[in-house]
Amino acid sequence: MSYSLTVNGKQVTVDAGAIDMPLLWVLRDVIGLTGTKFGCGAGLCGACSVLMGGERFFSCQAPARAFIGQPVTTIEGLRDDPLGKRLQDAWVEADVVQCGYCQPGQLIAAAALLKANPAPDDEAIEAGMSGNLCRCGTYPRIRKAVKLAAAGGKA
Amino acid sequence: MSGGATGLSRRGVLRGSAALGLALVVPLGRASGAKAATLTANAFLSVTAEGAALALPKTEMGQGVFTTLAMLVAEELGLAPAQVAVTIPEGDSARFAPIDQGTGGSSSVRELYKPLRQAAANARAALVGAAARQWGIPPERCDLVGGVVIETKGGRRLPVGDLLAAASAAPLPKDAPLRPSSALRVIGKPTRRLDSLAKVTGETVYGIDVRLPGMKVAMLAQCPMFGGTLATFDEKAARTTPGVVQLVKGSDVLFVVAETYWAAMQGYIAANPQWSAPKGPADHAHILAGLDEALAKPGFEAKSTGDVAAAKARAARPFSATYRQPFLAHAPMEPGSCTAHVTPEGCTIWAGSQVPAQARDDAAKALGLPADKVTFHNCQMGGGFGRRLETDMVVRAVELARQVPYPIKLMWSREEDMKHDMYRPAYADQITAALDAGGKPIGWEHRIAGSSIMARLLGQGFTGVDADAIEGAVAIPYALDAHRVTFQQAESAVPTSWWRGVGGLRSAFVVESFIDELAHAAGQDPLAYRLSLVTDARIRAVLERAGREAGWGKPLPAGLGRGIAVLQLWGTVIALVLEARVADGAITVPRATVAVDCGLAINPLGVAAQVESGVIFGLSAALHGEVTIKGGRVEQSNYHDYRILRLNEAPAIATHIVESAADPGGMGEPPCAVVAPALANAVFAASGKRLRTLPLAMALERVS
Ligand code: FES
Ligand code: FES
Repeated sequence: MSYSLTVNGKQVTVDAGAIDMPLLWVLRDVIGLTGTKFGCGAGLCGACSVLMGGERFFSCQAPARAFIGQPVTTIEGLRDDPLGKRLQDAWVEADVVQCGYCQPGQLIAAAALLKANPAPDDEAIEAGMSGNLCRCGTYPRIRKAVKLAAAGGKA
Repeated sequence: MSGGATGLSRRGVLRGSAALGLALVVPLGRASGAKAATLTANAFLSVTAEGAALALPKTEMGQGVFTTLAMLVAEELGLAPAQVAVTIPEGDSARFAPIDQGTGGSSSVRELYKPLRQAAANARAALVGAAARQWGIPPERCDLVGGVVIETKGGRRLPVGDLLAAASAAPLPKDAPLRPSSALRVIGKPTRRLDSLAKVTGETVYGIDVRLPGMKVAMLAQCPMFGGTLATFDEKAARTTPGVVQLVKGSDVLFVVAETYWAAMQGYIAANPQWSAPKGPADHAHILAGLDEALAKPGFEAKSTGDVAAAKARAARPFSATYRQPFLAHAPMEPGSCTAHVTPEGCTIWAGSQVPAQARDDAAKALGLPADKVTFHNCQMGGGFGRRLETDMVVRAVELARQVPYPIKLMWSREEDMKHDMYRPAYADQITAALDAGGKPIGWEHRIAGSSIMARLLGQGFTGVDADAIEGAVAIPYALDAHRVTFQQAESAVPTSWWRGVGGLRSAFVVESFIDELAHAAGQDPLAYRLSLVTDARIRAVLERAGREAGWGKPLPAGLGRGIAVLQLWGTVIALVLEARVADGAITVPRATVAVDCGLAINPLGVAAQVESGVIFGLSAALHGEVTIKGGRVEQSNYHDYRILRLNEAPAIATHIVESAADPGGMGEPPCAVVAPALANAVFAASGKRLRTLPLAMALERVS
């Protein structure tokens, strides 16, 4: 028995032995999409964030089975979405990244935030972005980049 | 960002090189038969028709050397930084000697600023020389700009691609002049990072992302009690767990090998390993008592100037305070991992390491192989902070890899990473000052007790002063007639190592808290008091600038207070003013203002990034960071009980770079080191509570 997931617009087949693993490990160890990161495995850091529909999920916390029939977007697919590209470009423009390890999760969280609220104020940015840890302390520039992307990004 | 005149984009270079750590040769579209493809400047820098290729002699862990070092090369070669194709090379001490690939101690730019510029300047001179010979003019009348040698007062031009062969054939100039400061166009200019796009698209391959054909994934469980051993485990239950391939045991470790990390974890749970505890007490109270005992001992003298005893005798009054700092974990976002493949021919390893050459040597030693049989592909790191100056992850991986026929990726769970870190030591410090009638210190005795990392590195038999631990204590910003510093080693079962600053970090908290206490005891403003004791112009400048920018002295609403701290170390002088609010038993930090003199700021945008990073990293530690031991085990396990700051808790941070003609200083550690004292001082200003024990959130709880 095998199951089908839709990841970044593509159908991928996952067999019965893997479908009840957290989506994070299906992505990383089965499908080979390693852009989605493992940070804590406990819903604490957001490094494993993916989008389902427009919403952000911690992929370490939900079995792949929960995503059957739903379009999943990972960091590898974010650039195909105009909002995702705008965010990534804003991240580059605001010179956000340091080690970069948390940033796929940060960007997914930012995409979910802007999809729900295209013009977030400081409070909304805090609410939307505080589920993601960054050990390098890139928070000030994340704030800046989210605002930049919300404002339409670079001309 | 995906620039470069070659068909191979920068992204391609990053992806290709990071993917398997392979040295990537940039193809040269224009290279034809007789032409040399590259001009080799040294073992890690070469010039191509399209730009330059730099194999990073120090490694990237987020601190930005990927970009800063490319800027140095670009400056001398007349390129844009993005035209320097940067790769992360294998661990290889012979190739880079005398440069040590080890990346720590805020050393990358300090160590490479001159040699790297010199190598690039030599290459420029070679190319300019080749063109000048061809044109029959003196080289002074030529320059290298944008991949073309130009005749500065004439129209002639020769592309670098046409000069590589002639330049390579002639002897390489040795001490070619560097570009004069007045002519710098890259150095000093705010420059965005070159590795951003690959990181925001998820393309960057970190150590944990390595995948090889036929590879299995393992997780490890090490004895949770330091020095204990593996007693029993349920092999049958683990082996029958779906996806589990095999179990491998060591004296103090169990490896569970599986098809995926998740399956390995299920196997580990089924195996339910049991451990034998080592002998002897290992509770936190016992460790702290050991520190106090050590503090009471005479200690080894690290510094003695003037006559402290005489100063005490003639003092108007003495003042003494004791400060305590906990063990700290690194908790980088990327947990430990290392991939290794042992074959009859040797061993190949992939991991992110701050010490790739050391990692290769340690792996070779563990395998009983000569170093040249081991290849260490270094990867981008999801944070280092000193954790990846240790090679235990690599040694554990080869311990397993030698016993299995396939390539193996050994993963650490977050819990394993937290419980088997090598911790920043816990310390106890005491300063006793002799004060004159005006409240100024005339004598100062500083006693330090704690684990010695140097002692571990130097091996058995070491005794005396740990040279790192006393950093920031023997040279302090304030003029003293009599100054004595002692160090007394105190070890426990807890393994200790480097962190984002060790000695300097510890000293800054103690010295800058104490001087603040002296200011208040003298009834003086803490900034004015410091300025009255400072003789160094750079220290004075950053103190004044930070004070001015932060609005020092302007009234704040009740519950808010400002604290200041200053440090001169790692070639950098830095002052930080923090605003803290103390309300409802909690500390929050709305604002941070930094003035920094880091010598020549090669990339001001990168300097500001390190300031922001260091301040937030330092705040996580100052507020919440503490590793405690119970029953021989580390109590903390993940980010819920080892808290790091979240975005909503991070202050607004303003960085002011003080113009400086000094050589570049380090920026990795200084901003982090001034945070705890500035915060403790701000908490005092806000609440009247003097907290002398870190972390401050818990210290406040205890006194509230
Ligand atoms: S890895 Fe999923 S929240 Fe941290
Ligand atoms: S950039 Fe390193 S953890 Fe966020």
